[in-house]
Amino acid sequence: MATSVSAQIAEAPAPQPPRQRIRHKGAIVGFLGPFVVLFVLFYLAPIAYAVWQSFFKVEREGTFGKAREVFGGLEQYGRVLDNGDFWASIVRVLVFFVASIPLQLGLALLFALLLDSPLVKGKSFFRLAFFAPYAVPGVIAAIMWGFLYSPEISPFPQVANNVDLLGPELVMFAMVNVVNWVYIGYNMLIIYAALQAIPRETIEAATIDGAGQLRIAWSVKIPAVGPALVLTGVFSIIGTLQLFNEPRVFRAISSAVGRDYTPNLMVDATSSIPDYHLAAAMSVVLALITCTLSFTFLKLTQKRALG
Amino acid sequence: MTRATRSSTATATLFMVICASYFLVPLWWLLVASSKDQAALSSGKGLWFSDPFLLFDNITDVVTYDDGIFVRWAFNSLVYAGVGAVLGTLFAAMAGYALAKYVFPGREATFNVILGGVLVPATALALPLFLLFSEVDQADTMWAILLPSLVSPFGVYLARIFAASAVPDELLEAARIDGASEFRTFFTVAIRLMGPALVTIFLFQFVAIWNNFFLPLVMLQDTTLYPLTLGLNTWNSQVNQLPELRLFVIVGSLLSIVPLVIAFLALQRFWRSGLAEGGVKA
Repeated sequence: MATSVSAQIAEAPAPQPPRQRIRHKGAIVGFLGPFVVLFVLFYLAPIAYAVWQSFFKVEREGTFGKAREVFGGLEQYGRVLDNGDFWASIVRVLVFFVASIPLQLGLALLFALLLDSPLVKGKSFFRLAFFAPYAVPGVIAAIMWGFLYSPEISPFPQVANNVDLLGPELVMFAMVNVVNWVYIGYNMLIIYAALQAIPRETIEAATIDGAGQLRIAWSVKIPAVGPALVLTGVFSIIGTLQLFNEPRVFRAISSAVGRDYTPNLMVDATSSIPDYHLAAAMSVVLALITCTLSFTFLKLTQKRALG
Repeated sequence: MTRATRSSTATATLFMVICASYFLVPLWWLLVASSKDQAALSSGKGLWFSDPFLLFDNITDVVTYDDGIFVRWAFNSLVYAGVGAVLGTLFAAMAGYALAKYVFPGREATFNVILGGVLVPATALALPLFLLFSEVDQADTMWAILLPSLVSPFGVYLARIFAASAVPDELLEAARIDGASEFRTFFTVAIRLMGPALVTIFLFQFVAIWNNFFLPLVMLQDTTLYPLTLGLNTWNSQVNQLPELRLFVIVGSLLSIVPLVIAFLALQRFWRSGLAEGGVKA
């Protein structure tokens, strides 16, 4: 039915849109309205409120006097800048990023390339097996690996008894493993989807030219999945800087994870003191750093992609 | 097939088998451990079932413990994730469709602000959201988790890409000539063409809410409003005082994964094509 109608239109003269007013104003408002209202209320308003709160401070008259909120200007930001623990936690998540993301995305790319090559049998099984951990919530994954690391009930007691996986030297890698376990398969699927979209003729042409699988992967496939890698990279930057669930769970089983381990743990701890104004300033600074880093990453990779 | 390719096929497949075991063994352990009693749990033979097989007894223990608090948490998670993902997907689809199919001043500016929302980490919002909900005395309620979960900027982004490529303008013009209203056209024609995208948005939104931990942790005091993640973490942090909770945490973790695995398997056909579009066009 739809096709016959559109065939009729093709013969009719094209409708002239009236230039002076917007067409379908009611529909635009109706379609955009619900999302925009919610977005303003639960995205923009909290951001504005956090910025607003960060400009205030609590003053007391004497030690036991009544607390009252007064305007403090940039005082809270000064406290954030001076807070060595906060910057140490930022550095820690950046180290975490270096320890986890290259390996995570590298393996995701390798698995995606193998699944896309004619070399591997049983593709649909591997695709699902690698992706399965994504269905495990981060908190649950952390709890579960916590058990796997614990000498008491680990199914690999030889390892858990002899290696202090939760000690200060290794606990970061123990958490890197949890994060990678969850996200490798997810990133693999995004890259794999991009690989599948490469026209098969391109690959056949390369094969006829005598290129082997490795050569095809390097010269044809990897350049083609650039945008997908950029996307996964940006989400990895955002995700790692916001790291919270895994260290929060690991605090219960490892004394090497303090309450200031990541910026978000610090925000949580600071707000439960409660020092909302300082916590708000920390949130704002963390969001700014996150946006700056992911935006810089996007710009750098785009420039590269354009040559 | 030449001998060389056969051996590289074998090598590659063997490599994949070893890697697959890395991803699957922890899940297998969770299933096996859920079928044991406390003593067998620490017997060292972690990767195989021991006698007696107690999976169903353990499940009964978990769901009846503390007046069935676990069932309550599961119900809460379903409400948060189910309602949040259905409505969130609908709103994102409508907004993405409007941004793709209508021309109006401020369209790109609106889209860019929403896209900026993708870069704002959800966790940065948790604390100010708590303060805002506290102002209106609604912090310790289901609304405090549900309402923020309805917003998916990434969903709008995906929906716009999809609407632009999957819904032809000629079809919309045809529907207009037929006299269908814009809303009718969207709900009867466009939404169907955007199907795979919507399933993708729904699933990832569902997972994001189901996995959410920081927001409920900041918001909720009342344990009967907890989602599964927060509830299980509470049990886990009490294991030192109440050792029997350890088994409950293990069984509860297994139970909390099952709905997502089922959803992903059942909807596989849809989200895989949805993911393909999103990854390519991004």
